[in-house]
Formats: sequence, structure tokens, C-alpha cells
Amino acid sequence: MVDTGEPVPYMERTRQYYRALGYAKDYVWAHHDEVPFAKLSKPLSDCRLALVTTAGPADHGGKRQLWSGAIDPPPARLHTANLAWDRESTHTDDRESFLPIEAASTLAREGVFAGLTPRFHGVPTDYSQRSTTEDVAPKLLQRLRDDGADGAILCPL
Amino acid sequence: MSLVARHLEANGIATVIIGSALDVVEQCGVPRFLFTDFPLGNPCGHPWDREMQEKIVRQALGLLAGAAGPRTTVKAPFTWKESDPQWRGRYGRVNAAERERLLALGEERRRQKAKAKAAARDP
Repeated sequence: MVDTGEPVPYMERTRQYYRALGYAKDYVWAHHDEVPFAKLSKPLSDCRLALVTTAGPADHGGKRQLWSGAIDPPPARLHTANLAWDRESTHTDDRESFLPIEAASTLAREGVFAGLTPRFHGVPTDYSQRSTTEDVAPKLLQRLRDDGADGAILCPL
Repeated sequence: MSLVARHLEANGIATVIIGSALDVVEQCGVPRFLFTDFPLGNPCGHPWDREMQEKIVRQALGLLAGAAGPRTTVKAPFTWKESDPQWRGRYGRVNAAERERLLALGEERRRQKAKAKAAARDP
């Protein structure tokens, strides 16, 4: 295959892959014409930010659910085996490559923003869009509010 | 994660996504997206490259504070490893030689799912 340098067409690849697995119906990705937009309520240097990942806890019990972990000390590794990432091209042994707690902390110490919230959060990647919008997202919002987050850096694998 | 971003924004929390699946994120429609053109798995920079990871987070923070409106996508100025120019062709590809194996895999998955469903119905 010639590499044109164009971004990888993941939706088309996924459609072809699931058809090859014998699934009759294609997955329908969420699509919205309207996009909500919230500005930071204060200067970035005064903002407390939360990190959010799609990885699971290292000692995962197999159940996909919203979870939270401490940023200090940061976890050495997280559970990524159940996620769709490119196992032939890379690895997830470096947690900073998908959940950059230390990089963000360095920038906070520099004064770029006020600091990370004490917890980061993990959201399950769910086939069901309803479960994400009606269950996971509202619970995450509450945790961010409880932690005093002004904004969030979301890092899906 | 795109749906999560939308919910947070609708409730007053500003977000920026750092991710590598451009088409999936833009299909959904999100407020701010820093696109890193890497294989899925390392959206925040090459493994162990602390300098690149810090630059990517810094750029994401700039986007969080500076985007003027929704659907703002910015591409990070980094590429995947020069030693691996063919990575884009790899993920999820279906080779003709693998068709039988994939179909059998799909059938096994459907069997397992049906079994789990039946067990949930009649424990």
C-alpha cells in the first residue's frame, strides 16, 4: 500500500474489518451538526485542569466503568489491552504517551496553568452511545465539579 | 470521548481532546481538538519522548485557552517515526488471506455474546 500521508480513515477501516468478521450492520458513529462551546471562565494560569483517559486501572476487574486515580504518585502503567490501538506499530508501556500527568505537572509548575486536580479519570469506551451520554458523562461532570476543575484535557487512546 | 467532551462543554467545562483518530472525532463534532498524526495508542507523543510530550500538552493548553469557537482542529507539528513510514496502512487492514480466519473469529464472538446473553436471562 502506498502511503499518501493522508490521515488514516479509521471509520472506513473499521467498517471493512467488521464486515470481514461477518457483522451484517455497520456501526453508526455519532454525528452532530451543533457543537457546544464553553470558554474558560478565567485566565489559563488560574485554571485547575483534569486529565481524562480511556485506559483502565492496572488492576482492572474486567468491568468497564468510570473510574478515578490519584495523580500523585502517578500510576506507572494502566490497562489498555481491551482498547483498540495499533499493536503492530506501537506499544502503551509509556503511560505518559497517552496520559501525560508528568508533562502537565511540569507546565503547571512553570505557571502555564494553576495545576492538575488531585484525580485523573478513566472513561470506558462504550459501543453504546446512550450509555456514554446518559450515564458516564454526567457522572464524570460531577467528579470534575467535586474536584474544582475549570477545564479538562481528554486523551483517548 | 467526543461525546464526553460535548457533555462537559454543554455544562460549562472547557475541554481539549488530544487524539489521533481525526475522522472519528470530527465526525462527532467537538469544541477543540489537537490532532496528533500517530498510530492509535500514543496520542500525547512518541513513547519515552518527554520533550515531544511536553510540547504536545503545551500546544493543547494553548488551544484550550485560545480557540475562538467550536470545531477548532489543530494539527500538532510532529510525525511518526521516520524508521516506520508504512504505519498508516497497518491498522485494521483486511488481507484477502485472512478472510476465513476473521469470519471464524466473528462467529466465535457472536456465539460468546449469545451465550452471555442467555446466561444473563436465565442465571
